[in-house]
Amino acid sequence: MFQKKECVVMLLAGGQGSRLYTLTETTAKPAVQFGGKYRIIDFPLSNCINSGLDTVGVLTQYQPLVLNEYIGNGEPWDLDRTRGGVMVLPPYQGKKGADWYSGTANAIYQNLNFIDRYDPDYVLILSGDHIYKMDYAAMLAYHKKMNADCTISVLEVPLSEASRFGIMNADEQGKIYEFEEKPKKPKSTKASMGIYIFNAKLLKDYLIADEADPKSQKDFGKNIIPKMLADGRAMYAYPFVGYWKDVGTIASLWEANMDLLGTKPAFDLYDQKWRIFSRTSARPAQFIGEDAKITGSLVSEGCELHGYVEDSVLFDGVTAAPGAVVRDSVIMSGTKIEAGARVEYSIVDADTVIGAGAVIGEKNDEAKIAVIGTKLHIPAGMQIAAGEMVNEAKLSELKDKKTEA
Amino acid sequence: MNAIGIIFANLHERNIPELTSSRTIGSVPFGCRYRLIDFILSNMVNSGITDVRVVTQYNYGSLMDHIGSGKDWDLARRSGGIKVLPPSIRYNQGGYTGGAHSRLESLVGISESIAHIKEDYVIMADCDGICNIDLNAILNDHIAHGADITMMVKRVQLHGPLSETASIVTADEDGKITDIAMNPKFAKGEKDVALNISVINTSYLQNVVREAIAHGFTSLTRDVMMRNKEERNYRIYRYDGAFATISSMEDYFATNMDLIRVSEFRHALFGVEQRPVLTKVRNSAPTRYTDGSCAKNSLIADGCTIDGTVENCILFRGVKIGRGAAVKNCILFQDTVVGENVFMNCVISDKNTVIRDGNVLSGHPSKPYYIGKSQML
Repeated sequence: MFQKKECVVMLLAGGQGSRLYTLTETTAKPAVQFGGKYRIIDFPLSNCINSGLDTVGVLTQYQPLVLNEYIGNGEPWDLDRTRGGVMVLPPYQGKKGADWYSGTANAIYQNLNFIDRYDPDYVLILSGDHIYKMDYAAMLAYHKKMNADCTISVLEVPLSEASRFGIMNADEQGKIYEFEEKPKKPKSTKASMGIYIFNAKLLKDYLIADEADPKSQKDFGKNIIPKMLADGRAMYAYPFVGYWKDVGTIASLWEANMDLLGTKPAFDLYDQKWRIFSRTSARPAQFIGEDAKITGSLVSEGCELHGYVEDSVLFDGVTAAPGAVVRDSVIMSGTKIEAGARVEYSIVDADTVIGAGAVIGEKNDEAKIAVIGTKLHIPAGMQIAAGEMVNEAKLSELKDKKTEA
Repeated sequence: MNAIGIIFANLHERNIPELTSSRTIGSVPFGCRYRLIDFILSNMVNSGITDVRVVTQYNYGSLMDHIGSGKDWDLARRSGGIKVLPPSIRYNQGGYTGGAHSRLESLVGISESIAHIKEDYVIMADCDGICNIDLNAILNDHIAHGADITMMVKRVQLHGPLSETASIVTADEDGKITDIAMNPKFAKGEKDVALNISVINTSYLQNVVREAIAHGFTSLTRDVMMRNKEERNYRIYRYDGAFATISSMEDYFATNMDLIRVSEFRHALFGVEQRPVLTKVRNSAPTRYTDGSCAKNSLIADGCTIDGTVENCILFRGVKIGRGAAVKNCILFQDTVVGENVFMNCVISDKNTVIRDGNVLSGHPSKPYYIGKSQML
């Protein structure tokens, strides 16, 4: 017996995130670490619980191990519920065959059975690759007030950047009359944030119809939204005001981390009224040594720092030996920076060792960020140029070059 | 593990009256993010115990809040798990009959719980000890020697005055206990000091509790062990690893500072592979260091904001250090707010304390200046 829920959330978390290169080699994008102790998916999940939405299906597909383990029973977000709660929804084998999720719409279509169990009036579709704080309840209230069939959350972006987004052209009441995917000449600056509320029954009809259409790419942005618009459905643009960042690229992931720093950060993690929850294990407090100097940074538990850390984000269990220098960088869990090593404008993934005296990345104005993959050992004295992406293959290539020289 | 754990959460509170005026000794904060009970609780869990009973008599609000369902110690179990046992008031006893001040009185108070233990051994411990120990060692030693009770002791060089609750154990060459001096207050030379962790056979414990009820015994050492030391096999188990006992405010201050000063002590507690010290997880953001921050030689929990100078300090979660402030040799509990241009030395501030701009406060390592819970200066 399932309790009826007014709104069920479907969180799309199956994306490969190929533009994050080595960071997503073995991890789905939503499970990428962010902000010193979080993973990207913490933001939509925390938004859900803070908005009073307690029934969330998380659609996973690409490299799901870390993500599944991380979500677990949903306890860190108070989503371990007897009725509702969080549920991981991987692709599955049915009687008529087994399919991977072939598009965002297809992923939801394959899980209509999950949605139906709660007999919801509304379905909220989210994606797991954005950093933001948003009250979905307010958006739902707007959707109801407008008597909409579908509401799409939009963000005002600078006109110069508008051609990177899906742009919603809407009238003064917010009613969308046109949707343009990455337009060359944008007519407005209302960018879709990939957050949709649908009337559940209507969504179901459209998904079934879309599934039957062999020409469809089974995608919300490319198929479902344009089709509904063409049918003259009541579609509204919900104006979101606040910080929102797509962290789909190395540069934007690095920028979003840097946005957490400073006395008045662009994105505030300390807001007690809208807390971001994460799964953490109990590590001892961070130890700051005699010779350490830490400024303008975020540092997490379990770190042991004896070097210089400036304008950086350090995850749990990072160690920096005496004389190590970390500037304008993101260092993920358990990475060791040995004596005299220098890391600048870089993202270093978890459990990596930066050997003594190694030099990783350098300061530049073009956001060329060096990236070091997980569980690597950068040998002492090695130099990695600005913007270089280093995974296991690249590292052995670099080592060979060094021996030849 | 064929043993359950019993933890006494209220014993020795008079040793640190300031910190226990509104909490049990088990819930006294320690080392940035822990409560004293976390150490023995983690030792039990890491040693494979899955059934722990915490005996408490008063002031147990913070203890219950800390332990919650026990999930942070993996003790939220359908069978076993953690149970907090507060005093039960029985109708036919005419109400609450007063606190239990000793181990035996506490055990008598939970006699019904003890009567149903299925495991063969019980590990009993107080909360005043800080260590990271594999309890299988003492249990195996206990079983190998067919002991009735095995007390964990540490051989130390004593120089005179002792804290009020320290016990000195004398044993023969085989490790059989011949005498226990309760609260001698003064001792010199190399002695075996009790660490307040012991193993007892379940059937013998059940027997002891029945006897205690029948005869009105109140002290395990005096009324049970000293009377029966000839017939029974009471033994010591010498532990020689890192161990700190909190038996005064001075001890409390020094042991916290040792986490910073003595890296071997810190690593012996927190750096043991597979034996993490577990505690209640609070969702705090990482700690923020501003451009004006200068932190040295300090242990700092998550969720703090450091805008001033911090040296030789233990900062609990959510502490804020204002711009221009200089805080040295201090222990600041959860959510302490230190204003701008404050100077502090050897201060212990309890939870939610506010020290307003420009204050100058100083104590001494032997007599740290203590600011009570939620006070504003």
